[in-house]
Amino acid sequence: MKLVSFHLMPYRPLDLAEAAKHRSPWVVLPNHLYDPVKGAEEYASHIDALVYAEALGFDAIGVNEHHQTAYGLMPAPNLIASALIQRTKRVQIAILGRALPLVNNPIYIAEEFAMLDNLSKGRIIAGFVRGIGSEYHSSGTNPYFSHARFHEAHDLIIRAWTEPGPFAFDGDHFSLRYVNLWPRPYQTPHPPVWIPSQGSSETVAWAAHPDRKYPFLVTFSSAELVARYHTSYRDKAREYGYEAASGQLGWACPIYVAETDERAMEEAGQAVETLFNDFLRQTFEMLMPPGYTSINSMKNFVAMRRALGGGRMTAQGLVESGTALIGSPKTVLAGIERMRERTGFGILVCLLQFGILNDELTRRNMDMFAAEVMPHLRD
Amino acid sequence: MPAQRDELKVRGVTVALQRAGRGRTVLFLHGAGGVPQWLPFFDTLAEHFEVLVPEHPGFGGSDDPPWITSMSDLALFYLDLVEETGLDRVHLIGNSLGGWLAAEILVRDRSRFSSLVQLAPAGIRVKGVPCGDNFIWGPEEAVRNLYHDQSFADRLLAQPPTEAQLDVMLRNRFTVAKLGWQPRWFSPDLEKWLHRIKLPSLVVWGDDDKIMPPQFAALWRERLPEARLVMVERCGHLPHVEHAAPVARQIVDFLAGVA
Repeated sequence: MKLVSFHLMPYRPLDLAEAAKHRSPWVVLPNHLYDPVKGAEEYASHIDALVYAEALGFDAIGVNEHHQTAYGLMPAPNLIASALIQRTKRVQIAILGRALPLVNNPIYIAEEFAMLDNLSKGRIIAGFVRGIGSEYHSSGTNPYFSHARFHEAHDLIIRAWTEPGPFAFDGDHFSLRYVNLWPRPYQTPHPPVWIPSQGSSETVAWAAHPDRKYPFLVTFSSAELVARYHTSYRDKAREYGYEAASGQLGWACPIYVAETDERAMEEAGQAVETLFNDFLRQTFEMLMPPGYTSINSMKNFVAMRRALGGGRMTAQGLVESGTALIGSPKTVLAGIERMRERTGFGILVCLLQFGILNDELTRRNMDMFAAEVMPHLRD
Repeated sequence: MPAQRDELKVRGVTVALQRAGRGRTVLFLHGAGGVPQWLPFFDTLAEHFEVLVPEHPGFGGSDDPPWITSMSDLALFYLDLVEETGLDRVHLIGNSLGGWLAAEILVRDRSRFSSLVQLAPAGIRVKGVPCGDNFIWGPEEAVRNLYHDQSFADRLLAQPPTEAQLDVMLRNRFTVAKLGWQPRWFSPDLEKWLHRIKLPSLVVWGDDDKIMPPQFAALWRERLPEARLVMVERCGHLPHVEHAAPVARQIVDFLAGVA
């Protein structure tokens, strides 16, 4: 199993009571609630935690992109990746991912990834995402054209990485007379591409296509949903006439390990609740701007939200649904193994710091995961 | 007076339409909410005119051709529609997104039109004065922010929409995003060309419009060559709904003076 230590870089000093007075910690949360002195310390701590994962034996460390939110301080994840390259030697660095539709010229993304790939001598994993709904509010990008822009930007980036330049690119959304990348990527033909997703059927079918076979990472979902999306990827692959490899299926999950289940819940329960209830809190209108998904997917989402009901999620509920793995090494390992038996997935993206979880507990969690869980996941 | 339901087919696109009354044509271009119901306002106009209320492509019961991707496409499509159905000497009325559309049509070709009535139109902006963000508002907030008089909102909110109505609302919302998300509610080029609308024009604006700021009204008054401005007191974004009778009377009087 490939193990990624992943970070969202939340702004932990957030005044949660104050934030709760606003529509969401995304897009509209007044930025006077950000204190640069505390924020600078947050960056230092979070980067230290990622770097430490190399010493613990993780295969990769991961960052991601979100805009105008206390949920994550990485509007430009490639800047963090660049810092991580300087402080690590061996681990792969996964940017999970850059939001392709949000830019007006995707060549800049191709260039940045190519630079990072050269700087790291081939340690980059390039994640491509559309950005979540809120990002269409904060960037102004029209969600109606999100899918079209994503596919076109993807095609442009892959061609820029692999075809001799200069050439012209004639898209409906991006039209460029000169595509001629300097530098070209270090890896041949290009850095591996991963697709983190919340599981839309359109994305599954696209990622599983034989031309791509991109690893598909299901993020922040109940075990039931993770299994369903993995299975739908496998089914789609079979439809295309091949068997999906374990390395094509990934699961991104908050994980906390302590000596006992009770202690783990005591230490991490509140933190995981702040992740889901405070930092991820967004309205339907923010999550699902019109056109971001098909009308059918949107109606399914409405039904799902209605079924989930309102109210705060509890740590207990999140653990019971398998949305978070919190417990003793045995408990956490069992949760991972259960999913492995169900879906044969081969990439575990471990969120070992989440919500307000402090540095000390994060470090203990990482140590214990590496010592007690990781050895059992080595194939 | 019951409206008659009809369909037009233009360039392979079926357009759902309601019509009532007889006389010269009044073409009403609806806003982002579509045409959920026939309004008393239309009935008053229909005492004097033939009132046509189409649903734009992508809204309600009309087709949604993938090649209509912008307000410019939609405006040129309506010029095709007016030409192919032989409409002439048309009085054009637009509300909100429909007002934007009316202006986009007339700057391109006003030859079959006699006048323009703008009810809180989108389409141009005043820098530094943002529109209300009805894409981020929740369902109740969005209804409340349409009106000054909250009893209108209370009545609407008291009857939750049916599944079929929700489907139409979702469809309309997709089309509205396609046309108006970015730049939000305006075309960068439109304001430059409003001088081409050399037609008697009436601009009507609610003084408590929470979507299209009332400050925009003066700019329309200034840019349209033959415009008169009427500010409606204690009125939100839908003057023809919230003050239906006086607004309809003003429009009928205005149109009576148009050749």
